[in-house]
Amino acid sequence: MNWILAHPEIVLAVCGMIILIAGVLQKRETFQLSSMLTVGAFLLAAMLVIAGPAGIGYHGQFTSDSFSGFVKLLVLAASTLAIVSSLDYNAHANLRRFEFPVLILFATVGMMVMASASNLMTLYVGLELQSLSIYVLAAFARDELRSTEAGLKYFVLGSLASGLLLYGISLVYGFSGTMQFDKLAGVLSDPTKVSAGLIVGIVFIVAGLAFKVSAVPFHMWTPDVYEGAPTPVTLLMGTAPKVAAMALLVRAMATPFGHLLAQWQQLIVLVSIASMLLGAFAAIGQKNIKRLMAYSSIGHMGYVLIGLAAGTPTGIRGVLIYLVTYVFMNAGTFACIIAMRRNGRSLERISDLGGLGKTDPVLAMWLTVFMFSMAGIPPFSGFWGKYFIFTAAVQSGMWALAVIGVLTSVVGAFYYIRIIKVMYFDAPEAAFDPRPASLSTLAAVSGLFTTLFFVFPAPIVGAAEAAAKVLFG
Amino acid sequence: MNAAGFPLLSLLTWLPLFGGLIIMFVRGDEATVASNARWTALWTSLIVFVLSLVLWVRFDPADPGFQFVESASWLPQWGITYKLGVDGISVLFVLLSTALTPICILASWEAITTRVREYMLAFLILETMMVGMFAAMDFVVFYMFFEGVLIPMYLIIGIWGGPRRVYAAIKFFLYTLAGSVLMLLALLAMWSVAGTTDIPTLLHTQFPASMQTWLFLAFLASFAVKVPMWPVHTWLPDAHVEAPTAGSVILAGVLLKMGAYGFLRFSLPMLPLASAHLAPLMFALSVVAVVYTSLVALAQTDMKKLIAYSSVAHMGVVTIGIFTVNVQGISGAMFQMLSHGVVSGALFLCVGVVYDRIHTREIARYGGLADRMPAYALLFMLFTMASIGLPGTSGFVGEFLVLVGAFQVNFWLALLGSLGMILGAGYMLYLYRRIIFGRITRDDLRAILDLSPREIAVFAPLVILTLWMGIYPSSFSGFWDATVTAMVEHHQAALRAPLHLATVAP
Repeated sequence: MNWILAHPEIVLAVCGMIILIAGVLQKRETFQLSSMLTVGAFLLAAMLVIAGPAGIGYHGQFTSDSFSGFVKLLVLAASTLAIVSSLDYNAHANLRRFEFPVLILFATVGMMVMASASNLMTLYVGLELQSLSIYVLAAFARDELRSTEAGLKYFVLGSLASGLLLYGISLVYGFSGTMQFDKLAGVLSDPTKVSAGLIVGIVFIVAGLAFKVSAVPFHMWTPDVYEGAPTPVTLLMGTAPKVAAMALLVRAMATPFGHLLAQWQQLIVLVSIASMLLGAFAAIGQKNIKRLMAYSSIGHMGYVLIGLAAGTPTGIRGVLIYLVTYVFMNAGTFACIIAMRRNGRSLERISDLGGLGKTDPVLAMWLTVFMFSMAGIPPFSGFWGKYFIFTAAVQSGMWALAVIGVLTSVVGAFYYIRIIKVMYFDAPEAAFDPRPASLSTLAAVSGLFTTLFFVFPAPIVGAAEAAAKVLFG
Repeated sequence: MNAAGFPLLSLLTWLPLFGGLIIMFVRGDEATVASNARWTALWTSLIVFVLSLVLWVRFDPADPGFQFVESASWLPQWGITYKLGVDGISVLFVLLSTALTPICILASWEAITTRVREYMLAFLILETMMVGMFAAMDFVVFYMFFEGVLIPMYLIIGIWGGPRRVYAAIKFFLYTLAGSVLMLLALLAMWSVAGTTDIPTLLHTQFPASMQTWLFLAFLASFAVKVPMWPVHTWLPDAHVEAPTAGSVILAGVLLKMGAYGFLRFSLPMLPLASAHLAPLMFALSVVAVVYTSLVALAQTDMKKLIAYSSVAHMGVVTIGIFTVNVQGISGAMFQMLSHGVVSGALFLCVGVVYDRIHTREIARYGGLADRMPAYALLFMLFTMASIGLPGTSGFVGEFLVLVGAFQVNFWLALLGSLGMILGAGYMLYLYRRIIFGRITRDDLRAILDLSPREIAVFAPLVILTLWMGIYPSSFSGFWDATVTAMVEHHQAALRAPLHLATVAP
């Protein structure tokens, strides 16, 4: 039973090792091949996730349910998008190394373990596997100053966050005597057994995980790392680990600490408000589009946390739907950013987009779709994410959170529509280099998903609803 | 199935978008693309208009409820349905939208020379959004179209607008978005009480009195920006001045009506207690709008800005009419909206005619056009008179009915409201004198040409409508009489009924 529950992760890890060995043994350049193999492994893992049974294994350390399934599929999709985006970027940036997709693969295994973690130790192991792989990825352009700086910064601050998390785990273990989620829930259902030390432990765990989702006040690393890392890695960091860490946070807060809603709720509300405000205001002054996306992702995480703060199945449903829409619009935006290249040089300034509506109407159209979607304008998918999040906030009577949320979304809309302004209203710059098919496909797939989400939202909303209900028994 | 026998409203809504898709795939050199885009857009909008005439013919004015109803499952577990239908209030707005779009496309035939394909695409998307919004019978569908309008309009102002277009476009976008996100919260709050976003169900749901006030204020934030009401009207002059002519026409003709339509569709019937309670606030804001913006209009030196401020004043009359909550007042508001849609659209087109020739909107640059452009002077006079509210034109009927309704509420309200008519006569006649009369002093005006056949084709339907509405108003008001009467009765019943008896939703 245990093996079968975890077989997507096991199969994926084995595939990773095979690809690694194959890469080492080959004399010639195998970046393209190992990328393709990795995408294949992801597809295989996705099928196993869909077909896999539900249950708890490994003495309660590993859970496979519809929540973890939902998150794993999303993570796999995000990692696939990242690999597709790297095909062209790495070729141009001279990063054609077969380790690149393998590292993404191992990060993905870590994220899948995170989604299934039902023990604080499993949680930590999954998180570290993911983080260590991404530290290396962030510094992958090792000859470039910014990339190494990003990798180092991410590593140092990430280790600090891991330390906080581990410290919180040890406190929780010390004051409750267990690391098992279900047993913790049992212990904590008796209010007399909740000591101050345990609450401090929970605060540390939230702080550690808030670092991973880059929520304020643990966001400091985000703009620098986003800017310095190779763009496909930024795409990955902006999507898959956020999804996994958010899923972890949701599961940890809803299952073992569910009875302490009143205690952690205030914390999440504060973090959420601070993230939304910072994401909205700090992005206004940015000139580099990758930094802008970093602040935008901080803001988006603020919205996602509203759903968690509501602490209801409706809220968790909102979180999941928001993450789905977020992954696709984010991946699409980064595909457009990677396509910003003139005479073989990658560009990152927002002003480089000037007049894109004239020089490359298709790319400009997709970027417009993503920007309107991020601003939450219907009918694009970003609106539906916000719709389901705010539904939860209103249902739980969290009016302050809802009002601040919608107002910061208006502030945020300013910098999103400013990008559209640059593309359509400003004088044209020289045209970009021709786009490779992989990026066009990536932008088109994400763009179509974002545009057409409103036509058939029911399956995704239904799956998110089922996933959210699992957490609340 | 509905009265048309086929999903007419969906067709009206999505056909323009389909036309837009065709335009997107046009290939060839720039001139070919431009000409193909123009013709495709024109034919699409004309076909949509002809189809929408089915509404005019088959609509049953005696039925106060929704007609041509069609629905499809969308998010059934959460009470959200794709549902379209029109009643007496919305049917003529659908027709107004479908009628103004071909006129706008024709009006920008020669004025727009850059990125014609994108321009036509934006207008067709705009038509989809407008028709869908007026036909929506589900709040989420309504909201989707209501906010979706921002996308094409932002691009139209920003790409094809005047020198300060970027400022105007962003201001327009953020003002409107800030209002409508608060409406989104109101929507969610209503959903959490009623469990559905179906508008007919919500119309018969009684919301708790304290909640009604908050909901009303949230709606106000959204619709007041759209109408626009004083003091959130400042985006309108900027947007109008910078928008291309056709953009101004749609903005004044249809987009401003969306706010007032929202009051009639949501605020008034769904929140009767709050509407009665906050009516003095609405009257105060409206009266300030009427008097203050009329005075501001007197001082303008830019033609478009003057007409933009007059729009704010006219919409102030509309909001007075709506919140009198009697049959005359609401009927007058409806009429005023339709009339303003036609007349202000026509006035912006009049500005566009001379702007295309001289490329300035400074009033001082003109003068004595009557000598060189007699046909234009005649047209401009007709629409000036209609804007003032001369009997026999469409403007009179609406203002008169609103004032009759206002008299039943409060003498001073009616007095101050009618002040707007007097000031309106002042600034419009002053504008007309400065542009049309006097002596020609500038050389470029001596060579100016009168209306071209294309321009006459653009104006002809508007002239006919203005006179038709003025001379035989009941052929229009007949559409909404039953619905408005039912709405007023419903409102009065809701005010009379003790709250605890009426909390049960049907």
